[in-house]
Amino acid sequence: MKASSRVADGRSRRHGVAALLVLPTALWYVGFLVAPLVVLMVMSFGERSPNGGYAPAFTLEQYGNLTTRLTPLTNTLGLAALNTVICLLVAFPIAYTLALKVVGSWRLVLVALVVVPFWTSFLIRTYAWMTLLGANGVPRILGWIGLGDIQLLNTPFAVSLGIVYNYLPLMVLPIFVSLERLDRSLIEASRDLGAGPVATIRQVVLPLAAPGILSGIVLVFIPVMGEYLIPILLGGGKTYFLGNALADLFLQSRNWPFGSALASVFVVGMILLVAGYLALTRRLVRAGRETSLL
Amino acid sequence: MSSTTALIDLEAGRRAARFERLGERLTRAYTVLVYAFLFLPILIVVIYSFNAGRHVTELTGFSTQWYASAWSDRFLMKALRTSLSIAAISAVLATLMGTASALAMDRLRPRVSSFIELMTYVAIIVPGIVIGIATLIFVVTALDWLNPWLAYVSGGAMAPLGLGAASIIAAHTLFTMAIVNVLVRTRMRGMDRTLIEASEDLFATPWRTFVQVTLPQLMPAVVSGALLAFTFSFDDFIIAFFTSGQDQTVPIYLFASIRRGVNPQVNAIATVLLTVTILAMVVAGLVYRRGRRRATTAATAARAAAAPAAAAPAGRRR
Repeated sequence: MKASSRVADGRSRRHGVAALLVLPTALWYVGFLVAPLVVLMVMSFGERSPNGGYAPAFTLEQYGNLTTRLTPLTNTLGLAALNTVICLLVAFPIAYTLALKVVGSWRLVLVALVVVPFWTSFLIRTYAWMTLLGANGVPRILGWIGLGDIQLLNTPFAVSLGIVYNYLPLMVLPIFVSLERLDRSLIEASRDLGAGPVATIRQVVLPLAAPGILSGIVLVFIPVMGEYLIPILLGGGKTYFLGNALADLFLQSRNWPFGSALASVFVVGMILLVAGYLALTRRLVRAGRETSLL
Repeated sequence: MSSTTALIDLEAGRRAARFERLGERLTRAYTVLVYAFLFLPILIVVIYSFNAGRHVTELTGFSTQWYASAWSDRFLMKALRTSLSIAAISAVLATLMGTASALAMDRLRPRVSSFIELMTYVAIIVPGIVIGIATLIFVVTALDWLNPWLAYVSGGAMAPLGLGAASIIAAHTLFTMAIVNVLVRTRMRGMDRTLIEASEDLFATPWRTFVQVTLPQLMPAVVSGALLAFTFSFDDFIIAFFTSGQDQTVPIYLFASIRRGVNPQVNAIATVLLTVTILAMVVAGLVYRRGRRRATTAATAARAAAAPAAAAPAGRRR
């Protein structure tokens, strides 16, 4: 009796402490996430006032107009998916090598080195590629070996390169973290049971790395969708992402209601995508728990 | 007969070993290649920062003139101060709130914890550009309503509020706090629960368990979260692009000068930032290693102490 009341007492105190710990976060979310998104949604039903900005109204006109401007949306979806996959293909072997092949203090150094470029300004990295891909960079060297007159800057290739370069650490790190925690004896067991390296990777490493891979995909795909700088600086404005469309709408043509409608569709799409991601992770975690129980 | 099988086995084993060695060599070459890809542009930036010529395309000689001109650029220095304070404030806020909420989440009422979880994912999922736009229109709308009221209350003595460093901090912290929360919770999921249970079984208070067992294990996630938060904030262009108002941050300054045309000063700024970053990383790495060594010795000791106790009632937990 006494013991159980003490347990209950401890539990309610824990609830109180937990509520206190979470309060600032909850307030921040309400004030700087929920409220701005609500304003965004409200504005998307409004009208553009004659001199730009927002005029109160309730109309679906903006959403109607969206259908005529679908290109940035579909364009962005395809490009972002493609570039995320490229990023994953480049990143996985690196994460695998770092987590399982490198030992000791070298690992720390090599992980740090993956992150170092990430710590230089995004703008500067992109600017460096402008220099490298510009007429006096790589194209000139290609000219010496007889591959004259290849334009690299201001092409979709340059945009892809910039995206892979800039987002690689976001893909490598989560995969590295999930692989680093991996129990090496599982790999040895797989080897001892006669599985080759490929089978071991496919049947042991990949399933265990799946949560990391999924977080990597989400961490890369979402910012790439809203990319603004890379298309402007490396794509010469020819490759048009959703981010560019939105920046134009809010800063140049100042059509806030239409921009809000586009942004709202974008946000809802991303949230649906994440709901799918969460469902998948939950299934993975459950599967992981089952296998670990075996 | 048996010697032939042995020979075949040996041959197969040798082939497998050769295959493995080839694979190892290929991964090594690939790793070197990717690292080269990562560092080539940075190398270019560093080399050109010491270039005497104005044109990025021609190397003409050694000079530090771009460093001098960057140093004496009043606008750049002001932008640097703004950026550093915004990044520091938002990193501290994000680390504190993100870690606190991550720790609390298992113990909250389900409705509250799923709200926090949902908001965390929404904050990460909503692209930076939308966060920037939403913050912009929200702040503008809110201030349209607030400013006349403030002017009335203060009798016109107060200057109207506008977009600026505060709105950037609000938006940056929103995103980085969510990142810290996810990192810490990921780490918690992979954490060795038996140590916490052992600590509780040994009658440690929750606070002691937290400080001596939980926190050392969470530290890598907390530190990397803090570093990520600072970097994100210092590096962010797109959110600041919409919410900075009159305050200029380094990325906004750089964007303007890149768009204006060739400016070798950019290379000098980049090189300085890079040097500072590497020094900070080395220091952080040393601290992390020392902390980890201490944590591992503590963990091994605790595990050794807990092993006999945990072995006996192992069946109880199921």
